[in-house]
Amino acid sequence: MAELMNIHIRGGRIIDPANNIDSVVDLYIARGNIIALGGTPHGFTADKTIDAAKKIVCPGLVDLSVRMREPGQEYKATLKSECTAAIAGGITTSCCPPDTTPTIDTRAMANMLTHRGREIGLTHILPLGALTNALGGETLSDMHALHQAGCVAFSNANQAITNTMVMRRAMEYASSFDLLLILHANDPWLSDNGCMHEGEISTRLGLAGIPEAAETVIVARDLALIEQTGIRAHFARLSCARSVDLIMQARGRGLKVTADVAIHHLHLTEHDVADFNTLCRVIPPLRSERDKDSLRSAVAQGDIQAICSDHQPHERDAKLAAFSEAEPGISGLETLLPLGLKLVHEDVMSLNTLIASLSSGPAALLGIEAGSLGVGCLADICIFDLDEEWQVNSTKLLSKGNNTPFKHWLLKGRVSNTLLAGNIVYSRT
Amino acid sequence: MKPHLQYTNNGNLRHFLSIEDLQKETLQQILTTADKFTQFGQREIKKLPLLRGHTVVNLFFENSSRTRTTFEIAAKRLSADVINLNPTTSSTSKGETLLDTINILEAMHTDLFVIRHAKSGVAELIARHVPDHVHIINAGDGQHAHPTQAMLDMFTIRQHKGPFNELRVAIVGDILHSRVARSQIHALNSLGVHEIRVVAPNSLLPSQIERLGVHAYNDLQKGLDGVDVVMMLRLQKERMQHAYIPSEQEYFNLYGLTTESLAAAAEDAIIMHPGPINRGLEISSEVADGPRSVILSQVTNGIAIRMAVMAMILGGEGNG
Repeated sequence: MAELMNIHIRGGRIIDPANNIDSVVDLYIARGNIIALGGTPHGFTADKTIDAAKKIVCPGLVDLSVRMREPGQEYKATLKSECTAAIAGGITTSCCPPDTTPTIDTRAMANMLTHRGREIGLTHILPLGALTNALGGETLSDMHALHQAGCVAFSNANQAITNTMVMRRAMEYASSFDLLLILHANDPWLSDNGCMHEGEISTRLGLAGIPEAAETVIVARDLALIEQTGIRAHFARLSCARSVDLIMQARGRGLKVTADVAIHHLHLTEHDVADFNTLCRVIPPLRSERDKDSLRSAVAQGDIQAICSDHQPHERDAKLAAFSEAEPGISGLETLLPLGLKLVHEDVMSLNTLIASLSSGPAALLGIEAGSLGVGCLADICIFDLDEEWQVNSTKLLSKGNNTPFKHWLLKGRVSNTLLAGNIVYSRT
Repeated sequence: MKPHLQYTNNGNLRHFLSIEDLQKETLQQILTTADKFTQFGQREIKKLPLLRGHTVVNLFFENSSRTRTTFEIAAKRLSADVINLNPTTSSTSKGETLLDTINILEAMHTDLFVIRHAKSGVAELIARHVPDHVHIINAGDGQHAHPTQAMLDMFTIRQHKGPFNELRVAIVGDILHSRVARSQIHALNSLGVHEIRVVAPNSLLPSQIERLGVHAYNDLQKGLDGVDVVMMLRLQKERMQHAYIPSEQEYFNLYGLTTESLAAAAEDAIIMHPGPINRGLEISSEVADGPRSVILSQVTNGIAIRMAVMAMILGGEGNG
C-alpha cells in the first residue's frame, strides 16, 4: 500500500447525508482520515490536490450484495477483478453473501475474505456469515465466532429456510448477541421451477412464473417471527409493492426491520424479458410496472433504506442458454451509481436521498462505521460528475462479467475518483 | 420478440418461430400456399422440385413422431434432402452445447433447421445466433409456441367452417402447459374470429390469460355453449402428481368431451385435437371417432402447411 498522503479535495459539492451536509467546501485528508471540512487546517500541506470543481464529493458507496465469485467460481470472476470494478463504481465497502464455495460458515472463510480484501486494498470486503451450516437450513452456524471473525450480518443467501422452527431458533439465537439477520424472502414451493414474474408476459412466453406470493408469504412469516423474537432484521432485494406494505405495517408496530432493493428492480420490469433476454433473468424476478413504481417511491420516501447492485458476474455461457436454464444475475457494480443518478435526473428522488441509500443508509442498518464524511472518519470517498454522459459498453466493464442488460443505455453521471482510507484507488483518465 | 427476427429486410419470411409477431398477411399466405400443395397431394406423383439441393435437418431434442414425420414428408415432397436427428436433451439444454450442435450442422451446409425443444425460447435463441442464410422453423418450444400446429389447425377450420370472422372457438383443457393453445390463440385472434374461449379449472389456466384476447370459463357447458369449433388439448397424465387436478376420473367428468357435453355446442360444430389423444381422459372415443371429428384431416393438412412454410422460407414461394 502506498504511503499515506495529505490530500486536499478542492471545490467540490460535499454531500454527506449522515451529517446533513450539502455545500461546496474543501475537504482535507491526513493519515487516511478526514481531518477537516472548510478552511485549511493549521499546518496542513497537501501532497496531492484533487480538483473537484463542479463535481459531487460523497461517502464511498456501501453495497450490500456483491458476489466476488472467489473462492469457488474463479472462472466467473475473482476478488481482484471485482474489487477493481467496485472502485470504478465508487464502491468502497462490499458485502459478500455467504454462498461462496465453500460457504462462509467458518472463521477461516471469514478471515480469508477480510484478509484478501486488505491485501488487495481496493474496497473493504465485509463477509456476511451463513445463518445455517452450508446454507442447508438445518443447523445453526457458529454465529458468535463468525461475528468476531468479521461477519457483519447473517444470511442464508438465496437458500430458503423452509423449516420455520429453524428460522425461529436462528432468530432467537442471533438476538442474544444483537446480530443482524439479512433475509431473502422466497418460498421455494411457490417459486417451484419458475424463472420470471408470473403474469401476462410469462403466460405469453410459456415460462413458468414466480408469483408475487412467493415473496409476500415469506415476508409475512418472517415478520411474525421477528415480532416474536425481537431481532434486528433486514429484508434483502424486495421485488413487490406488497412486500413493502407488509414491512411498513410492521415498522408501524415498532419492529426493527429495514429493507433494500436492487438497482435493476428500479429500472426494469417483466416486459424487459419479453424477447427471452437472459440478461434480465434475476432472482427475485423483475416484476410489474406497478411494482417498479412502488419500489421507486419507497426508496424516495425512505421506506427502503438501501439500494444495492446485487452484483453477480457471469461467464458468457451462463447466459447463452434457454431462458429457464440461464443462470440468474446481473453484473452491476459499475452501473450502480449511474443508474441511481438516472432516478435523480428523472426527478424520482433527490440527490441527497440517493446518496443516503447508497452510503449512510446501508452503513447504518449494518451498524458499521462507513458512509460518512464526518471529521475523524476513514477517508472512503467517491467523487463523481453528475452530468457526464456515457454509453454502457458491456465489453469495456472492468468486472469479469459483462452480463448487463443495460448495455447501450445512455447514462448521465460517472465516477471520477475513489478513495479508500485516504488512498486514491481509482482515477478515471 | 422483435418482428424483424422472423422476416428478412425485404419482408420475406426468414424464420418461423411464433405466430405472435407475424402479420396477418403472412398467415393468409401460408393458408393459400398450403391450398396449392393440398391439391397437389392428391396427385399420383407427389414430388415438386422447389427445394432441390437444399438440406433440411429435423433436430428434435424432444420426442415426437407425428410432427417429425409430417415435416419429413413435407420436405421430401419438395425434393429437399432430409436428415433426422434426436440428440438427448440432457447434454444440450445449456447454450454452449446447443449452439455447438447447430454450428456443426451448419458447417455441413444445412439450410433449414426444424427444431423441437423442451425449453421455451430455444428456437428463438438459435435463430438469433445463426448466419443470414440459415433458417429456423420452430416445431414446438417448451410451453411457448407450436406455430405450424396452429396453422394446420387454422387451415382445417377454414376447410370445414369457411371464413373466420363469424366463428366462436373453444379451447378446452390444460392451457397452462400448452404451447399449442398459445399459438392457436394468437392465430385465431390474428385471423379475426368472433370469439375465443378457454375452458379449464383455474389450476390449468395461466396467469392473466385474458390479456391474450380470450374469455376464460371454468364450466365446460357454459364454455361450449354455441361454439362452432371445439379444440381439445392433451392432458399429460403426470399433472395429478403435481396437484394441478385431483384425478383422471374427476377431470373427465368435468372437462372430458363426450356426446353429452358436446350437446351444448352448435349442431355442426367440429372437434379438433392436436394428438396424441388420451381416450377417456380428455375425450371419449365416441366423439374422437365420430362424424364431427376432423382429427385425421388435421394430420393430413399438417403436411401441406409444413410444405407451405418451408417453401415460403427457402423457395420464395408466396412472397409476391
